[in-house]
Amino acid sequence: MIAKNGLRKRWLSIALIFAAGLVITLAGCSGRTGSDTGLSGSIKIIGSNTVTPLSSVWAEEFMKESPKVRIAVSGPGSGVGIAALIDGTTDICQSSRPITSSEIDQAKTKGVNPYEIQVATDALSVVVNPANSISELTIAQISAIYTNKITNWKELGGKDAPIVAMGRDTNSGTHVFFKEHVVQMAGLPTQDKKLEYGSKVLLLPSTEEGVSQVASNPNAIFYAGLAYVDKTVKPLAIKKTPSDSAVLPSAKTALDGTYPISRPLLFYTNGMPTGAIKAFIDYCLSPEGQQKVSEAGFVPLAKK
Amino acid sequence: MLETVTPIAARAGLEKSLRRRLRLGERFIEGWVFLSGLLAIVVLLGIVAILLKEGLPIFGYTPPWEFLFGTKWYPISEPPTFGIMPFFVATLMITLLATAIAVPIGVGCAAYLAEVASSKVRETVKPIIEILAGIPSVMMGFIGLILLSPLVQSIFHLNTGLCGLTASIMLSLMSLPIIVSVSEDALHAVPNEFKEASYALGVTKWETIRHVCIPAALSGITAAIMLGVGRAIGETMTVLMVAGGALAVPVSPTDPMTTMTAAIASGIGNAVRGGLQYQALFAIGLILFIMTLAVNLVAERVLERQKRKFAG
Repeated sequence: MIAKNGLRKRWLSIALIFAAGLVITLAGCSGRTGSDTGLSGSIKIIGSNTVTPLSSVWAEEFMKESPKVRIAVSGPGSGVGIAALIDGTTDICQSSRPITSSEIDQAKTKGVNPYEIQVATDALSVVVNPANSISELTIAQISAIYTNKITNWKELGGKDAPIVAMGRDTNSGTHVFFKEHVVQMAGLPTQDKKLEYGSKVLLLPSTEEGVSQVASNPNAIFYAGLAYVDKTVKPLAIKKTPSDSAVLPSAKTALDGTYPISRPLLFYTNGMPTGAIKAFIDYCLSPEGQQKVSEAGFVPLAKK
Repeated sequence: MLETVTPIAARAGLEKSLRRRLRLGERFIEGWVFLSGLLAIVVLLGIVAILLKEGLPIFGYTPPWEFLFGTKWYPISEPPTFGIMPFFVATLMITLLATAIAVPIGVGCAAYLAEVASSKVRETVKPIIEILAGIPSVMMGFIGLILLSPLVQSIFHLNTGLCGLTASIMLSLMSLPIIVSVSEDALHAVPNEFKEASYALGVTKWETIRHVCIPAALSGITAAIMLGVGRAIGETMTVLMVAGGALAVPVSPTDPMTTMTAAIASGIGNAVRGGLQYQALFAIGLILFIMTLAVNLVAERVLERQKRKFAG
């Protein structure tokens, strides 16, 4: 009997300690909420692999200001994000390409109303191995590489070696943007909407993989957002037509419009954003948010 | 199963209530086991039904023969084109090559462990090989990307190390533990009398393994190989990372290629539910399902024949 009583007492004290701990924790929580912005909720961002590094920085900074808001960012590709927006499984879709009219139709039939916000700009860079002697190409030449019409660097004035053309898979907004603006040469007199990626182009599941392949393979060529261009690869200067001057990708050339393949980075929401989502997007567009754009290697929006 | 109830019922002197309670418990367990068995069938039928429902409508847009034998896959173009020949050939090529690499090594390793190695070596090595089976496929993909692909590129003087061969080698490493473990069990189960009879005839160890142990354990070894093939056909992450992802119909294993699983994985994300691309990817899934079913049926046939041979 005595032993049993002792046991019960011990249980009681453990339970008391737990209860006390719980009360203290709860008090701590409620104490903290008093000082923040009062926003709460969780935001899901799905989409572009290109925009992911930027969204992650924004999400981290925003969560420091508003600790009750949870933001989850994932970057399987713009197409995935847009599909998720249409299927109603994400709050914000981040995209490196504009939504297509057929996607808008699909969204409308599911009662989703895509609302577009440009959050930054990107100079889509074409990169080669630093050992490659080629330093500038025209858009038509790059198109010929990616349609497998030019297969040797010799044909472009380089050394006699086969070209290993690499791109992103069809989940990627960069895949689609590059197809329209480089492979099919949109906006050029030579535009041909029937052109497709050649069947020998390697379509890779992530931008990181492509950049690391180019860094290790002297014959490879790949395309990536400006933020992914580091010292291990060499960005090419791009000529819109053979008579134009070659322009290297940078924040400056993307902003003044001289770099020919710059593109908007976009957020899509279902209708005008409200509440915590609106607060987050407002932060992204604020001067502090745009400061992070430059730090992440992208191009901030032009100041109004 | 029902038989277990009778001794309880037969036991005299038990209180009625206790008996009823036991019978109730028995009933409950029986029902539960029956439901679990049913669930497996329901899930399988459900998967088949979904594959058919989501996949078949694509054949209204692309006729089946064009879908199977078409060589162009442009799912996001206007209008889209769906031809899965490149993926089909790539899956066959990578699976066959992976099996060709894994089987001799796997069966050899199993024969060594079962017949040659001392029991101490066997008890240390076998669990280590089984740990290999637990390595997540994304890690195997990383290893292929960082270690194997540069090696393959320099040995075969290729333009890129991301190719079917690299994927096959990684897949053979992944199916190896299954093949070793299951064939070792089969070889271990061969009755000692068989071997003793063989040794009594003055036959060497190698000849015993080759002409007695392996034929006697062949049904188990076949099952092991089929499990390995199943693993190789269905593997996705590793091939997505190292096979190269080109859309051409592969001619040689050293070409970059996309398997059926990789095609599904790299497209399903941006496929809107019910859209053409979504249906096409489900149709690939359906064909993949039929392929694995065929592998299993062939395996069953082989096993049956083997059993008959031994019985007769």
